[in-house]
Amino acid sequence: MRLAILDHGHGIRTKAMFVLIRVFSGHPVVDAVKLALYRPSFYRAGGLTQEAMRGPSDWSVADRELMAAYISKMNETEFCVAAHTATSVLAYNDGAKVSATVADLETAPLGEPLRATLRMLGKLTRESNLDADDIRRVLAAGASEQQIKDALAVAFSFNVTDRLADVFDFAVDDPAAINAGAKYLLARGYR
Amino acid sequence: MSDITSLHSSLVARVLEGEGQASPEIRRTAFDNERLAEPVRTVVDKVAHRARMVTDADIGTLRKAGLSEDQIYEIVVCAAIGQATRQYQNALAALSAATGRN
Repeated sequence: MRLAILDHGHGIRTKAMFVLIRVFSGHPVVDAVKLALYRPSFYRAGGLTQEAMRGPSDWSVADRELMAAYISKMNETEFCVAAHTATSVLAYNDGAKVSATVADLETAPLGEPLRATLRMLGKLTRESNLDADDIRRVLAAGASEQQIKDALAVAFSFNVTDRLADVFDFAVDDPAAINAGAKYLLARGYR
Repeated sequence: MSDITSLHSSLVARVLEGEGQASPEIRRTAFDNERLAEPVRTVVDKVAHRARMVTDADIGTLRKAGLSEDQIYEIVVCAAIGQATRQYQNALAALSAATGRN
């Protein structure tokens, strides 16, 4: 982490919780958790991320985790690609589908509504700009207006998180810790 | 269906106007990525447009300019939320244009 306060600046109760996490999980506390619990009266985006990723939607949890992984790939944010690829693999119980999507969206075994939605999210993330024709293509592929709104909420959340992960230089954990984190995100979510 | 509208508004209000160590003016200008003086201007623009290129040296320039770690933290969070908000609002406007609905 580039800022020492994000490693060591938490209150005493949060520090005690970090000790418990280390003892019971057997893994270090991941940098995303350290950020989420630093001065929660200021940033505290967990509720918004929870709504985007776990709120009611016609997209499955696995679909939305795949969107998070794909947006993070567009941002080249290694920490978030690893974390949300692992979570999507667990949620789909299909590693090949997720790997294929991250490698090449156009040839991945996905339904057209999801493929077109990911394409749109990729353009928004890279170029910060969409026009009405971009949206019409997603509607024509079969995604609903509400599904587009839900996907844009995921994009907002991860376009914030990816930037913070990069600027604060989150450490990429070892595969066992990444998988433990993925299981936690599926069981407990983002709050 | 999921709806982040009110959560987004309260997040933006909290980081711009809530308790903090950076002034509300610098938090707002970091959010907008406008009207900033160096060295904050360069770092905020990198957060907005090429965050993965931010280096230890970039953060070092902010420390040398006299900013505390909490002030740097707040400026970076505002810059990230500002750019993601512009992306989000641009996309919602495209959606309205495509569907003819607000």
